[in-house]
Amino acid sequence: MSLPRLARYYLMKDVGAPALMGLSKVKKKKRRREPSPYFGPPLRSNGRLREIMTRHYFLSRYAEGAKPVAWVTSGAPVEILRPFDFYTVYPENHGALCGAQKVAPELCAVAEERGYHQDLCSYARIDLGVCFSGQTPVGRLPKPDLLFASNNICQTVVYWYKALSHIWNIPLILFDTPYNFEEIKAIDISYMVRQFEEMIPELERISGKRFVEERFQEIIRLAKDSSFLWGEVLATMKAHPAPMTIFDAFAHMAPIVSLRGLPVALDYYRVLLDELKERADRGIGAIKEERKRLMWDNIAVWYKMRDFSNLFAEHGMNFVTATYTDAWAQTTPYMDEEHPFESMAKTYSLVILNNNLNHRLKLMECLIKAYQVDGLVIHSARSCKPYSVGQYDLKRILMDRLGVPSVIIEADITDSRAYSEEQARTRLDAFFEALAG
Amino acid sequence: MTNDMDCFAGIDVGSLSTEAVVVDGAGVMVAFSILETGANSTEAAEKALEKALEEAGVSRDQIKGMVATGYGRVSVPFADKKVTEISCHSLGAFTLYPDTGTVIDIGGQDSKVIRVGPGGKVLDFTMNDKCAAGTGRFLEVMAAKLRVPLGEMGSLSLSGRGEVRISSVCTVFAESEVVSLVAQNHPREEIIRGIHRAIVNRVWSMVRAVGVHGEVTMSGGVAKNGGVVAFMEEKLGRPMHVYKEPQIVGALGAALHAMKGGGQPSSSS
Repeated sequence: MSLPRLARYYLMKDVGAPALMGLSKVKKKKRRREPSPYFGPPLRSNGRLREIMTRHYFLSRYAEGAKPVAWVTSGAPVEILRPFDFYTVYPENHGALCGAQKVAPELCAVAEERGYHQDLCSYARIDLGVCFSGQTPVGRLPKPDLLFASNNICQTVVYWYKALSHIWNIPLILFDTPYNFEEIKAIDISYMVRQFEEMIPELERISGKRFVEERFQEIIRLAKDSSFLWGEVLATMKAHPAPMTIFDAFAHMAPIVSLRGLPVALDYYRVLLDELKERADRGIGAIKEERKRLMWDNIAVWYKMRDFSNLFAEHGMNFVTATYTDAWAQTTPYMDEEHPFESMAKTYSLVILNNNLNHRLKLMECLIKAYQVDGLVIHSARSCKPYSVGQYDLKRILMDRLGVPSVIIEADITDSRAYSEEQARTRLDAFFEALAG
Repeated sequence: MTNDMDCFAGIDVGSLSTEAVVVDGAGVMVAFSILETGANSTEAAEKALEKALEEAGVSRDQIKGMVATGYGRVSVPFADKKVTEISCHSLGAFTLYPDTGTVIDIGGQDSKVIRVGPGGKVLDFTMNDKCAAGTGRFLEVMAAKLRVPLGEMGSLSLSGRGEVRISSVCTVFAESEVVSLVAQNHPREEIIRGIHRAIVNRVWSMVRAVGVHGEVTMSGGVAKNGGVVAFMEEKLGRPMHVYKEPQIVGALGAALHAMKGGGQPSSSS
């Protein structure tokens, strides 16, 4: 790592980023919004969230050469990278951002021109598009020194990161998590622990820093505490009316996904939780008239966030839970700094997408009961096969067991070319009619 | 007979055809009309309504409520309310056949399977994804390729015995498959039977997703095709209810929704 680059990084961190935040606040004040007839007052924490994420992407530009940079998959055990002071970038989070800013089709097309098929995950296509073109709405992404992937969310990440590794000729570390057909076995745990042990010398070599176990334990504690708080944040939506919507949660999950194990995430969720508890106590709902409570299944449709948010609010329907947002809180109890490697193996291999369909069914049943859900919206995402498989069976079984009506909409997480407004609207309108009785 | 009676109307603007139904104050159908939608759905809706009113001998003033349904439901400015075709087919089929527990509707550009609850209420439903396979459009494309009038596909299918396998579930690929089957001199009837089998297999996966509950009613234009109906009944292992004009089930449901006063205001989008 070069000294001038390190100096520039700290200058930007301590002077550049705060100045930028100050500027954006001034700009923000000029805009005033009309109060909505459907929504309650917006969350105060929105501003703080925007600051944190803008700063994260802004600083990432200066991280290259100053700090070791790693590109990480959303389900990877990032805690193991933190003691080595890696600057971590999450291509999936960046993909979601590109989706929300509606630039995904252009970036996907760059990858498609190089032969990557349209059926490939659009997060992967966006990321390869960024890799080939250097284009991104955040200005610039730092080129990584390390690629860190775990196949606990899908197999696609393995091949996607292998492609990046090949193109840039940089090392890839894969954390391989055996799939849970029934229950996790001792042999699986030792297989994963062994992988952590093998990773450490590699990480020491790439970062030039020595592994200190106490530091790792401290990070696990931080990550566990923030994941726990994230779970508490989501649990505030059990209140009637729920103090936020799942569309808020889709945005506010960014720190737990990409800044996990850092103090900033923990501090942020303390502030957010306080605000939500206060709203719940005072009976302030995210939407003014919460007539029906819904659950969302699968990753968000990022380019339709605002439209869907408005549409459901107009019908007095609020999404109060989702299998997606819950994924970063669900396996938190396994984290244990006294047994760092074993507990990390459990935490990361027992996540929803590395688990059997029965597990998912049970989880959905629990969420439906705990959050008093009246209906379920299932996003069948063209990109995400592991998440979309089995949805028709889940739909039928949940209807039979709990009498919960549901609707499946065909879409994609970021590639709007795989979405038909007319077809989706007909399905949603029919769902509204069925729920209205 | 309906000179001074209150009546209700339903209009179903589909991708291929537009239907209008007029019911009297007791919910009994007094007239219907079926027209091609063409390029202007508002005009088609207007014409279909006029025709049905004329048939019924009912004036426009007697219509106390009107619901639009189908893909063109947003382009019927003179309707009071709009209701999706899912709710309309459910109520329409239930009213025609009160033992209906499941509706299979194969329309021009989509197909759906609906689980019908008490009173014709929708309990659950599933629709085809963004693909024309398993819809009327698939049949239309194949009929054109074979130079057979769409209306004759059913009888030709029933007159044949053998059947070729259409392996593809994609309309575009199946079209080229049919071209090569024609080139290989396969009898037309056998190809048609293969096409019908492909549609039924496609829709069958949706039937399985919702499950078969109670008696099954088939609606939509494709229900006029005896070949598709026969294959579907073979899959079910029992006969289905098929109304003599199966296309009007949606419009009938819309008229009945108008009578019940349900639906969203037509102006909202």
